[in-house]
Amino acid sequence: MIINDMLKHTSEWLKGTGPNSDIVISSRIRLARNLDKVSFPHWANKGQSQETLEKIEAAVGKVDYLKKSSIFRLADLDNIDKQFLIERHLMSYEHAQKANSKAVIIDEEEIVSIMINEEDHIRLQVMQSGLCVFQAWDIVNKIDDCLAKELSFAFLTDWGYLTACPTNTGTGMRGSVMLHLPALVMTRQVNRVLAAIAKLSFTTRGLYGEGTQATGNFFQVSNQVSLGHSEEGIIESINGLIKQIIEQENQAREALSSKNKAMLEDRFSRSFALLKSAHIISSQETIELLSMVRLGCDLGMIKNIDRSSINELFIITQPAHLQKIENKKLSAEERDVKRAELIRNKLIK
Amino acid sequence: MLCDICGKNPATVHLTEIIDDQMNELHLCEGCARQKSIQMEQQFGLSDLLAGLTEFEKPPLKQEAVSLKCPNCGLNYADFKKIGRLGCSVCYSTFRKYLGPLLKRIHGSNLHQGKSPLKVTRTLRKKTDLLSDLRYQLQKAIQIEAFEEAAGIRDQIRALEKKQAQGTKEGIKE
Repeated sequence: MIINDMLKHTSEWLKGTGPNSDIVISSRIRLARNLDKVSFPHWANKGQSQETLEKIEAAVGKVDYLKKSSIFRLADLDNIDKQFLIERHLMSYEHAQKANSKAVIIDEEEIVSIMINEEDHIRLQVMQSGLCVFQAWDIVNKIDDCLAKELSFAFLTDWGYLTACPTNTGTGMRGSVMLHLPALVMTRQVNRVLAAIAKLSFTTRGLYGEGTQATGNFFQVSNQVSLGHSEEGIIESINGLIKQIIEQENQAREALSSKNKAMLEDRFSRSFALLKSAHIISSQETIELLSMVRLGCDLGMIKNIDRSSINELFIITQPAHLQKIENKKLSAEERDVKRAELIRNKLIK
Repeated sequence: MLCDICGKNPATVHLTEIIDDQMNELHLCEGCARQKSIQMEQQFGLSDLLAGLTEFEKPPLKQEAVSLKCPNCGLNYADFKKIGRLGCSVCYSTFRKYLGPLLKRIHGSNLHQGKSPLKVTRTLRKKTDLLSDLRYQLQKAIQIEAFEEAAGIRDQIRALEKKQAQGTKEGIKE
């Protein structure tokens, strides 16, 4: 597989299927693993990093589950390729910095991705569409077991898996669920909900993880604590918490559609119309308008468009995707024109 | 039952203190329990009542901390303080005294409850793993209040640590 092939299909997590996919975009479980007695990536010298990279690549090659996956060495990718993988949530922004001895391994369906030499030697993640944290854990767990047969992981019985940063020590696991909460934002309840999440040792982030702002009513909720609870225990508490947030969002949606139906229909139609008629549009504005269209579609007030098409638009209108589609470098101004054109073509049938 | 400290309010918090192998039970009201827990934190620098069992030595002086250096990767404690990341897996053993309380502060616990790669690999256990195993068993014994067993495990840990320390001094490698 080469990166351009990915353009031809939709990532598994964007399919808009799975339980509660009206509110839950995707579920992601990631594990941090390190090789025993080998310097962590930030502290390793060139030779050590290269050795680690080759060792892990070889181990991954032996995992049956990853037979149909591709290895991308970051040194071989240009900036647009890297940004493209970040936009598809297959790689972190941090991983794209300083390309030395780094790689990302991606399976055919874009469910599994393994970053080598990010903050830890291995960052293994599985992404699913909708609220599927248990299924995602099942897959991650199996791949982790396979890798443990090939590699000697840094581990202590009392402290668990040892990671570069002590905030990941223990299970080395982070479960994240990406949510679309427009009704909680519109009814100004979202801050109350986010404050409650923080009290329960969970964090909220934007679309692209650590350090990013929540935009277009999208929020990523993940566990903060990785030591002292079993993986299943952590996942169960994430699942329970997300179900409560879904309940709150649903209540807000019901309240809005019963009391402010005309206002909602007006906003949905205007957003849809703007997307269909704009000739210059920024990526920020696109996300905000698509968020409204998605809600309109969920509430049955906007017809003639399905959820997976809207999800797809969220991704293909991002800067690197636009440049991949056009197959050339575009300035910000050129992108705003091309983005508007692409959206019009997709929405006007 | 009334609170052991103020004798006024009903006791709702029940603590078991262990000081120098002496077990002592305390029944406290919420207010006094909170006060007590602040005292304990100040006393040990740890929010853990059981610190007395798990931390055998007093925390060394700051100067000692700064000069502590990982024998495997060369990172010293001052580096860790600066960059917030450890250098390798051996750093966890090198800086154990400091990392234990830190992990507890971050996660609210310093005892792993999740999966283990050893179940998959069944590799031969190394000496360092044995210490880690014993520390895990010690915490588990404390949790179920099997204090006699805990004291036994603690003695094993002390003996093993002493042996390892001597080994290092004499330059004997594993």
